[in-house]
Amino acid sequence: MIEYFVQSASSYAGDIDNLFLLITLIIGFWFILTFGILVYLIIRFRRKDGVKAKYIAGEKHSETKWTHYPHYAVIAMDVVIIAVNILVWVNIKQTLPPRDNLVRVIGQQWSWSFIHAGPDGELDTQDDVSTVNDLHLKLGETYHFELQSRDVLHNFAVPAFRLRQDAVPGRTISGWLKPTKTGTFDLQCAEMCGYGHGIMGAAVTVHSAESYDTTMAQIQNGTYESHYQKRMGTKTDLPSNTSQVDDEVSFAVLLASIF
Amino acid sequence: MSQAAAAVQSDTHAEHHEELSFLHKYILPVDHKIIAMQYIFTGMIMAIIGGYFAYAFRMQLAFPGELVPLYGLVGPGEYNMLVTNHGTIMIFWVAMPVLIAGFGNYLIPLMIGCDDMVFPRLNRLSYQIFLVSALVLIASFFVRGGGFGGAWTAYPPLSSVAEYSLTDWGASLWILAVALEFVSFLLGGINFITTTMNARAPGMKMLDIPIAVWFIVIAVILFMASVGPLIAGAVMLFMDQRLGTSFFLPSGGGDPLLWQHLFWFFGHPEVYVVLLPTLGIVADIITVFSRKKLFGYRTVLYTAFATGGLSFVVWAHHQFIAGIDPRMANVFVVTTVLISIPLAEMMFSYIATLYGGSIELKTPMLWALSFLAAFLIGGVTGIYLGASAVDVYFHDSYFVIAHFHYTFFPITIIGMFAALTFWFPKMFGRMMNETLGKIHFWGTFIPFNCIFLPLFFLGLAGQHRRIYDYNHFPDLATQELQDIRIFATVSLVVMLIFQLVFIYNFFVSMFKGEKAPNNPWNANTLEWSVPSPPPHGNFKTLPTVYRGAYEYSVPGRELDYWPQNEPSEGN
Repeated sequence: MIEYFVQSASSYAGDIDNLFLLITLIIGFWFILTFGILVYLIIRFRRKDGVKAKYIAGEKHSETKWTHYPHYAVIAMDVVIIAVNILVWVNIKQTLPPRDNLVRVIGQQWSWSFIHAGPDGELDTQDDVSTVNDLHLKLGETYHFELQSRDVLHNFAVPAFRLRQDAVPGRTISGWLKPTKTGTFDLQCAEMCGYGHGIMGAAVTVHSAESYDTTMAQIQNGTYESHYQKRMGTKTDLPSNTSQVDDEVSFAVLLASIF
Repeated sequence: MSQAAAAVQSDTHAEHHEELSFLHKYILPVDHKIIAMQYIFTGMIMAIIGGYFAYAFRMQLAFPGELVPLYGLVGPGEYNMLVTNHGTIMIFWVAMPVLIAGFGNYLIPLMIGCDDMVFPRLNRLSYQIFLVSALVLIASFFVRGGGFGGAWTAYPPLSSVAEYSLTDWGASLWILAVALEFVSFLLGGINFITTTMNARAPGMKMLDIPIAVWFIVIAVILFMASVGPLIAGAVMLFMDQRLGTSFFLPSGGGDPLLWQHLFWFFGHPEVYVVLLPTLGIVADIITVFSRKKLFGYRTVLYTAFATGGLSFVVWAHHQFIAGIDPRMANVFVVTTVLISIPLAEMMFSYIATLYGGSIELKTPMLWALSFLAAFLIGGVTGIYLGASAVDVYFHDSYFVIAHFHYTFFPITIIGMFAALTFWFPKMFGRMMNETLGKIHFWGTFIPFNCIFLPLFFLGLAGQHRRIYDYNHFPDLATQELQDIRIFATVSLVVMLIFQLVFIYNFFVSMFKGEKAPNNPWNANTLEWSVPSPPPHGNFKTLPTVYRGAYEYSVPGRELDYWPQNEPSEGN
């Protein structure tokens, strides 16, 4: 169901979508049932002249069964949701499958830096490739990421991967992902990080093996054109007047310089 | 109540009836009813500010960068300030004062049959501190750098370091205002619990107390038990901001996650703190307008205790992806999903109450029933977010916004209107206009759904929160999504316009409405046995209680209600 809105581009996106669907079916059933009964009772028991309301205390077993039995059913369905959820959660967050590649993701106000491990697969070596606001991944490889922040909390969120993880200053948080679809996707900062939170985006590009090598070579010899910049330049613009806001800011700066 | 306490009360009774000067009656009152009005009116004014903020930032989302009529330009910093303070105001300065302090103050003494709160002067102090806290918050919008913009959860280091937030004084005044507000409600809470436990009318046993009073008391207990850590956290945050300590700063050995635990340890019970009073109010309203005894009084009461208890062990579901140990998430998934069980049981009891009733759809009943319908959506969508694996996708997205507005809007706004329209005759001695009331109801409830149902779909599309202009995110900058944003904003404007109907109805009815009898709804509880509005000191002679609050349509009785203070025949 989520796939209808956002494509699923990582190995665990499907698991999350299926869990979403399962919960939708369960709570959809309960919602329609409860809502239907509520509406039915309101219509059925509207006030009629000469008809007196019943006196039901709801303390006897024959009465309370009408609320107790549904509530046992709720417990049963809760157990199903919890069990499936834990299976999915253990897979995506609690375990780290063996890695093919490694990348360090660093958030700071208000941009993302990425350090790609390079051919040797280790960070902090000579062949690391650093980029700003551009993450490059190879299709079908299992990546481990090391998430860091230089100042405040940020959140490394890629909806197409169904991935979201806070970056906490002073900690390195590990996680994994495995891209399964080529293309360029939005990376968002999904944790309030101050004035520029609204512009703290980046582009994640998933490459085939050849395309990945060419891009890395381009970055190293300086002929690379940022995917993020390109994406921002070619996207469809909504009717927006953000430049007016920038003028406002510069007007404030002007005022401040006078006084 | 013991005989001695009763004697003390009737002694103090005489002095209560003296005529008071304007100053002592309205500005420095000790009468719980006037203090309640002060809370309710302050809360309503703050609601107007909070609504105005929502209008400003929703307009910016729908028409980015355009001048917002009646506001001006909304830049990124200002957008952050608006969303932050919208949340803060609506929870701490609207839901808390109106539902708990306001209606708690008004209803507890009247419903349990005593003349005033047991600590009237403490009550007055509580309101005065609350007023100061509101003024401090409003002042924070006008200091250098503007109001605080680090989200209502105020996660450090953003909130604790001025260089990061760019709102040096705004952040400090914000946390100061929040701390003052908690002090105020701690004072009020002591009063509510003591009054309910010690000053009930003779004959009123624990299980004769109306659910509205019970739930306010449970809410206050939850509040008082959970707020301590947050006050400690607030002091630490304030010291980080102003004295340069580093409780939450990793470079100085602190930990940002500590604040999140302190905040949510309070923050999650807080949801139930504001939820329970509305649930209580709704229980009273649906029994009156369906002429039915509440289905399973004890079940409802015990489920409230269970919900309250469980609410202390679910807080980390706000932090599934915040960097806590992933193994811990599993524990909190279990507790979070389990909390659906008592709440579902309570919901079933409310719905079962309607069965076999004689339902009259007066305005308060419409509000109460719409609460059940809307809260049902809010409740079931909570399951998605309580499941940690789905929360990975939905955390900090518009799905979360839609979910908690489907809980908080029914709680705060619908609950407030339900209570106001129901007790208005008692408060002001006049009836509200039914037709205008119904126009206002539909004019609020339909746009409410039009605002927040689309937000679920924006959340599904991966739209994250607190972004002033989605043009910076190509996947979100599509015309289809923008149309949804515009639709939600237009619905909000429609809803806000319909609030004028309420304001008109409220003030015109207050002075020109039809005179209200003592018991316009034929209800059982004690507040309806006194004149409307109740005089200073409430009861001429203290009532005696003979039965529970929900004896409607008792077989063999001619009347379909049986006031709690009416002696049974043969007694």
